[in-house]
Amino acid sequence: MELNEIIKPENLVYEKPRLMNENSMHYCPGCSHGVIHKLIAEVIADMDMEEKTIGVSPVGCAVFAYNYLDIDWLEAAHGRAPAIATAVKRLNPEKMVFTYQGDGDLAAIGTAETIHAANRGENIVIVFVNNAIYGMTGGQMAPTTLEGMPTSTCPYGRNIALNGYPLKISNLLAELEGTCLVTRQSVQTPAAVKKAKKMLRKAFENSMSGKGTSVVEFVSTCSSGWKMTPEKANKWMEENMFPFYPLGDLKNVE
Amino acid sequence: MAEDIKLMKGNEAIAHAAIRYGVDGYFGYPITPQSEILETLMAEMPWETTGMVVLQAESEVAAINMVYGGAGTGKKVMTSSSSPGISLKQEGISYIAGAELPCLIVNVMRGGPGLGTIQPSQADYFQTVKGGGHGDYRLITLAPSSVQEMADFVGLGFDLAFKYSNPAIILADGIIGQMMEKVVMPPFHKRRTEEEIIAECPWAVQGKTANRKSNVITSLELDPAKMEENNIRFQAKYKKIEENEVRYEEFFCDDAEYLLIAFGSSARICQKVVENARAEGIKLGLLRPITLWPFPAKIIAKYAGQVKGMLSVELNAGQMVEDVRLAVNGKVKVEHFGRLGGIVFTPDEVLDALKTLIIEN
Repeated sequence: MELNEIIKPENLVYEKPRLMNENSMHYCPGCSHGVIHKLIAEVIADMDMEEKTIGVSPVGCAVFAYNYLDIDWLEAAHGRAPAIATAVKRLNPEKMVFTYQGDGDLAAIGTAETIHAANRGENIVIVFVNNAIYGMTGGQMAPTTLEGMPTSTCPYGRNIALNGYPLKISNLLAELEGTCLVTRQSVQTPAAVKKAKKMLRKAFENSMSGKGTSVVEFVSTCSSGWKMTPEKANKWMEENMFPFYPLGDLKNVE
Repeated sequence: MAEDIKLMKGNEAIAHAAIRYGVDGYFGYPITPQSEILETLMAEMPWETTGMVVLQAESEVAAINMVYGGAGTGKKVMTSSSSPGISLKQEGISYIAGAELPCLIVNVMRGGPGLGTIQPSQADYFQTVKGGGHGDYRLITLAPSSVQEMADFVGLGFDLAFKYSNPAIILADGIIGQMMEKVVMPPFHKRRTEEEIIAECPWAVQGKTANRKSNVITSLELDPAKMEENNIRFQAKYKKIEENEVRYEEFFCDDAEYLLIAFGSSARICQKVVENARAEGIKLGLLRPITLWPFPAKIIAKYAGQVKGMLSVELNAGQMVEDVRLAVNGKVKVEHFGRLGGIVFTPDEVLDALKTLIIEN
């Protein structure tokens, strides 16, 4: 078949989401952030909500999320995104509001803001990217770093006696009356991406129907921080992260 | 229409003025001696009348970040606290200043440092006018000395904050917050519509429409050349505020041979000191800075050529006195008198200090 025959619009099966712009991403090869950004862009566009969506970006690798998705954004101080999103949504209830946060942002410095926003049942979406490490600052221990997992601040592996236990914060959030959806997803295979997108859409729909807080955790890789090839990082995630952070819905109120 | 006059506490006046001014949101956390602000707002339920959002946050840190979020959407939002809580808010205040967002903060000061006491103090002067949080930024600082000014400065604070896209703060203390006086209630203003907000604040995060680029509220700029440009822009704005927004009050200054400089509750006490001094034949005047930043340096410099000495009277160990000395630039003797840690001076103590430190020295 001639090339011109193939590239006809009616043959189009995949395209860049219209809300993603031409800026080159700063994320490392193999990083999960790019795929998760794409899913958010697709869901907002699918729902035809781009003129009503406000994102709150974190401190961490996704601090520049606002450079890649053409929507309105607020950039939060480290950990404070759920407090910011609380006010944005309460003062502008017709808007669709989400936070995008990493494990250090959400489960260490921002634990209070996260738990209290969820406990108030704020009608927001919390997108939680858990790669068990601080990527932006160069690979330090996160609250979700697994036992025995080496990072630059636990170079001989996370020692429970010294550092405490990895925090399953989504399990905590699922216990709160204010959450309506708490789900753990991943994006390392096409099948996982498809499933994750479905749950992300549900979360955004919940936020507009006033059901309470929705949390979508993405168990993710950090090939740079983990010092692995992207392929090996995916395999390591499946073998080590998934048993401790099992995928699936922790709570899904219909 | 007859004036609407009510008797109330300074803290209550802040709450009522906020509702009447058309404030969109208040986010606070209880702390003595300012909890009546949140309590009054909750009792008034303005969400039923004006649509104002009132929320008790989980911490002062969360409350100031709620203010950041609300201000980023162009809304008129505010928070209040007292000294230890204001320390917690400093991170957020620095971000708000860095993102050039308008908002109103209220500090009803108490004695410190640390948990300190719940009694009145003015020891947060440095924190408020010299920074507090990190980075080169300024807060428009209004110092009320009456319950009336607590009410009036809510509107003035928001007007200045929106005029310059900069946070403004009301720096009161436990006396002004707790004492009751009659207040001419400010008039009711309607809250702005969404269209009015978008017209007034084209930078506001309100959802990206097809006719404009994305709006992003951030204080982050990794390129140091651009970050320096941002800082130069801030400094130009601060200079404009210093040129245009200085406010002060003069009390028996015209023929004064000696001058008291005092703000807030100290200025109220110093009015009595001036009366007592004049009864003794001492030609004493009082200059009350209303804006602590921008500081009324020019008028103080002018009086440096007229008086024999100045006494900066503050409920702290000597903070504003440094700005008075900078303004005077060695032209005349400037001393400080204060009481610390929640103790309030009497007019007699101040007059004695004036005699010992200035007149007889």
